[in-house]
Amino acid sequence: MSIFTSYSERTHPFKAGFNLLLMSLLITMLFWLALALIGVKLNFSFLAPLKGRLLDGYLMTVCLSGASLVLSLLLGIVCAALQSSKILVLKYLAKLYVVFIRGTPMVMQVYLFFYLIGTAYGITNRFLCGVLILSVFEGAYIAEIVRGSLLSMDSTQLEAAKAVGFTKKQTASLVIVPQLIARTLPALTGQFASMIKDSSLLCLIAVIELTQTMREISAMNFKMFECYMLLGVLYLSLTLPITYASKRLEQRFGYEA
Amino acid sequence: MRLEMSGLVKAFDGKDAVLNHVNFYGDVDTLALIGRSGCGKSTLLRILGGLIPASGGTVSLDGEPVSENERYRKKIGFVFQQGGLFSHLSALDNVTLPLVKVHGFSKSGAQERAYELLRRFGLEGEAGKKPSQLSGGQKQRIAIARAVAPKPKMLLLDEPTSALDPEYTTEVLNMIRELKDERLSFIIATHEMGFALHACEKMVFLYDGKIAEYGESKEVFANPKTSELKEFLSKILEWKV
Repeated sequence: MSIFTSYSERTHPFKAGFNLLLMSLLITMLFWLALALIGVKLNFSFLAPLKGRLLDGYLMTVCLSGASLVLSLLLGIVCAALQSSKILVLKYLAKLYVVFIRGTPMVMQVYLFFYLIGTAYGITNRFLCGVLILSVFEGAYIAEIVRGSLLSMDSTQLEAAKAVGFTKKQTASLVIVPQLIARTLPALTGQFASMIKDSSLLCLIAVIELTQTMREISAMNFKMFECYMLLGVLYLSLTLPITYASKRLEQRFGYEA
Repeated sequence: MRLEMSGLVKAFDGKDAVLNHVNFYGDVDTLALIGRSGCGKSTLLRILGGLIPASGGTVSLDGEPVSENERYRKKIGFVFQQGGLFSHLSALDNVTLPLVKVHGFSKSGAQERAYELLRRFGLEGEAGKKPSQLSGGQKQRIAIARAVAPKPKMLLLDEPTSALDPEYTTEVLNMIRELKDERLSFIIATHEMGFALHACEKMVFLYDGKIAEYGESKEVFANPKTSELKEFLSKILEWKV
């Protein structure tokens, strides 16, 4: 429920309930009709013996995303800092990185990094490759989030820090970092949800994560509909809680911007 | 408190000087800086507070040269026009954090001092609130409490009421006046002529980056000598009852 409604637009519970029911009905009808039109009967029972493989894929997706979260955060913060660097070559490099990554599709980056850079520098471990590719991709977006909140820092806050007698180090640790965290945390959490979805593209280089597992299973038994419906549900089980957390953080820190 | 400025110049990158050879030698306890917007009041206060460096000349307060280092800055209290409270901290933490981190108070000592001030100015009910939950007047009074908590030798106020509604203006000015009765020295840039006249012993009229007039407030106000001050006063008082 709270995923669908924000605090500012509280609807009467009955009204909300009725409309949610209506919506579910519409969606069910749409799918039921589509399945009826192509004459498919859903049967999920074949998945039971594949539980172990699915769990492995699920955990692989969680690990890929978790590791990439840490690495892309580092990359993003460094890149955001470098974009205002006085050393021009680093500044240009950081800017080019953001423009290139954000301006090209991830599919192309996956192939380019894996076949060119991965081969040239001997990175053959697919998990490591996957983490690197995903981190480099997400790092560019995180850099923009961090840079945006750095730019939105009110200069009076920094002057006030000076006025109360803080040293530069104290200003950073007591004023800038806490305010940046409050500003970036909701957006970063949202980005983490994207990261989980984007990790599915690593199936292209045969990292056995959730999507790849499902591709392999569906290739064996041709039960496309069941496989991909379940895949959607499994991704939602990861992204919905994170999206919810992001919303809560936004409310928690909203008044501090 | 002895304030001396000699040949003080401030120019921001590539622009005309905001302060143009300001000279001043005088004993100051409570001083009002008046003058129209853009005449250099804020810039002068920021230099005195050690927030920005002067481009040239020398300034000293009680014989101590004004500088940007922390040792000097922590002896001065500064109140901004608005937005000076740390937005991520509660009113109480805004007051206690500098006491603990800069002035070596213990945590409990800082809280005691903060509550003493908040209680005195009827702000204890707001102690736990973030700045965004406070009215403009409350924000400024807490900013003043934060600035005076470490007992600075001088309080600088940069138009502390110009972003406020009239009723909040009065509560902020009353607070400053109360602090004055405790012999707190302050310099205030203000457009509140009543306050400048009645609560400040001396007055400086800045015009075009220079001190055009200086003296006892009542004297300066009653007998403006320059045509610029006459014009300024007539304009600013035109609609006052």
